[in-house]
Amino acid sequence: MKERQLVIVGGGPAGMAAALAARGAGVSDVLLLERDQHLGGILNQCIHPGFGLHHFKEELTGPEYADRFAGPEYADRFAVRVRGDAGIEVSLRSFAVRLTPDRRVSFLRPGALEEVKAGAVILATGCRERTREMIPIPGSRPAGVYPAGLAQKMVNMEGWIPGREAVVVGSGDIGLIMARRMALEGVKVKAVIEIQKTSRGLVRNVVQCLEDFGIPLYLGHKVARITGRDRVEGVDVVKVDERFAEVPGSAFSLACDTVLVSVGLIPENELLEMAGGEIDRRTNAPVAPEVNLTSVPGVFACGNACKVYDLADWVTRDSELAGRMAAEYLGVSPA
Amino acid sequence: MVRDVIIVGAGVTGAAIARELSRYRLSVLLLEKEAEPAFGVSKSNSGIIHAGTQNPPSSLKGWLCVEGNRLLREELARDLGLDFARCGQLIVVFDEADLPELEKIKREGEALGVKDLQIVDRRWLDAREPNLGPEVKAALYVPSAGIISPYRFVYALVENAVKNGVQLRTSSRVTAVSRSEEGFEVTAGGQVWRSRWLVNAAGLYADEVSALAGAPTFTISPRKGEEYLLDKKREHLANHIIFPLPSATSKGVLIIKTSDGNPMIGPTAHDTPDKEDLSTTDEGLAEVLAGARRMMPSVDRSDIIAYFAGLRPASGKDFIIRHEDSVPGLVNAAGIQSPGLTSAPAIAVMVADILKKRGLELVPKAEFHRLRPRPVHAQALFQIPLEETRRLIEKDPAYGDIVCRCELVSAQEVRDAVKHGARTLDGVKFRTRAQAGRCHGGFCTTRIMKIMQEELGLRVTDITKRGPGSELIKEERK
Repeated sequence: MKERQLVIVGGGPAGMAAALAARGAGVSDVLLLERDQHLGGILNQCIHPGFGLHHFKEELTGPEYADRFAGPEYADRFAVRVRGDAGIEVSLRSFAVRLTPDRRVSFLRPGALEEVKAGAVILATGCRERTREMIPIPGSRPAGVYPAGLAQKMVNMEGWIPGREAVVVGSGDIGLIMARRMALEGVKVKAVIEIQKTSRGLVRNVVQCLEDFGIPLYLGHKVARITGRDRVEGVDVVKVDERFAEVPGSAFSLACDTVLVSVGLIPENELLEMAGGEIDRRTNAPVAPEVNLTSVPGVFACGNACKVYDLADWVTRDSELAGRMAAEYLGVSPA
Repeated sequence: MVRDVIIVGAGVTGAAIARELSRYRLSVLLLEKEAEPAFGVSKSNSGIIHAGTQNPPSSLKGWLCVEGNRLLREELARDLGLDFARCGQLIVVFDEADLPELEKIKREGEALGVKDLQIVDRRWLDAREPNLGPEVKAALYVPSAGIISPYRFVYALVENAVKNGVQLRTSSRVTAVSRSEEGFEVTAGGQVWRSRWLVNAAGLYADEVSALAGAPTFTISPRKGEEYLLDKKREHLANHIIFPLPSATSKGVLIIKTSDGNPMIGPTAHDTPDKEDLSTTDEGLAEVLAGARRMMPSVDRSDIIAYFAGLRPASGKDFIIRHEDSVPGLVNAAGIQSPGLTSAPAIAVMVADILKKRGLELVPKAEFHRLRPRPVHAQALFQIPLEETRRLIEKDPAYGDIVCRCELVSAQEVRDAVKHGARTLDGVKFRTRAQAGRCHGGFCTTRIMKIMQEELGLRVTDITKRGPGSELIKEERK
């Protein structure tokens, strides 16, 4: 079995920042596994501005490509350096399927199943979206109900417009950004429904994505029911009290053909779980005394796999720390 | 062309009848109103293969269930490449005063031929079902019950029937039936089909199809059941299918193992007038949770990852399987509610027998393809030694191209599913489990849609969740 000094799972902002920082801290051999055909991860579908204000002191969009007019975008600034570093092997279309407590990593790439023994492992696997099934929203199960991030991928990566009239459930940042994105594509966004008394997204997103586009935000409301047999026909909305109980007589209906669900993110830690790492059952984050650590020696988790961040800049900052922590674990120092 | 037999409905009943008739030298047409087989009543089935207890000894349900269980166990599961987990069933009581009831179920089951029934005490249960709550006092152990994937059962039956010459027409709702000299003229999906015999296995709509054919002899009353799926992490919650002692109208809320690993809790049982009402409700969730938690208190609301509702096509207490003498040539297989999935193979034999008795000649084919190869699943590749996995992937690289990461489904499996008849996202999901995992398709939906576009030559705006009307994308912009 091949031995590698450091294996990083995930080529999004967290994995790339960790790889570069580990190199800077003296790690000479990094294998970076990315399941997609490109580096960049979820940033590739984030074509909206607002990235890099802290880290780069300028406003960028997310993707891994260089914009012809504005220059390199957020992920691209890392990807260029990662690709140019002879000490980092980038393995694309590579899907990690197994991790053992002694840090053997098995991964699939087209035509091969590989297994490597890693001195240290950094899990930069990101997170998945909570879905309608986890709230759960009663009613029928027609086409037209999408996690907001999936809708973002459809619109931004594929040019697929999922509907004509939409209601957004939950005021997470992806939901707010998608409300604006859909409005820009000519979709009538009828409302954002948030069960809490305040938005769970960034204030700037509430202002720039809803207020500027005249999209109503219903705080302290919930979607009580989705209707429509084959395709969404509407939602029933109801006001809730402090205990989230329905307020009688407050229900109203909104006709729509699309429901976008933005009700939170869940760290993806199934690999860590396979390796016997301890996971918080409520948040799905690793149980550890400090950021980036896990209960498995030599296995680190960074970025949204460690905890859900609101800004990519904080992912970068903490993931760079993870790269340095892995170097320290490996007992190396800058050349 | 006048066919020998038209079967209406490609749910488990119609599919099993089609497969049974495909043994013989007959021309058979299977009509389905939905975009794919199993999209009606069958897709919401619990997947339990019942042993045959809890049915009156003199009923059709009673002996057909015992016989269907035997056919599945001894032949069909193996022949069709299906996973049939013989996990057994426990019927639990919360009060020792109910023990005579268990004894009665045991006696009636034994009279029908159910084997190895055993009343077990709390000590027996503690050793085998550590998660049972303190209220459970004793149980009837039913070892011959098991679980199967209901839709994969239907797909296997249909695929094998088609392989043996049955013609399948989907998206073909029967809108008119008239009598002709030779038999029947059936209008479905805008076409007129003729046949000598008509078998009605139309599930919720069996009463309407029978009436169209001239025999308004029964009505179907939908009874809704809501089911809630738990995370795979709770796979080992129960080792058996757990039933409470049944009530008059329902077998009660159960804890069900499924062939995909996720335990399921449910179903409710409430009559509804609406044959299209597949909605779930807050009340249903509360009822199911309470019922399940009484048997296993560690079941938590946060374990739930998916839910759905199905409608039982009930008509009185028993199945209706008969030739309608007022309409010669019409055979009804209706009111097939629980235990219909288990009974289907036996119902199929019974229907073939009725047709034969009424004059249809059943001449065995020289070559009947009894076997259906088991589909390859990438996930299974990781349950065998790693070296063997490596060899398989090197032989066929597409199995190493993972599309659905939660359930480890490869691009090749999605393509195979489309080749075997999947035409919708749900059809791909039911066949492969892609989109059925914890992210609910958040990561793989677009990739699957692209594969479907390639394989079927569709525009993205034509791809549906479950057939016409359930299109996913309204417009494509480039």
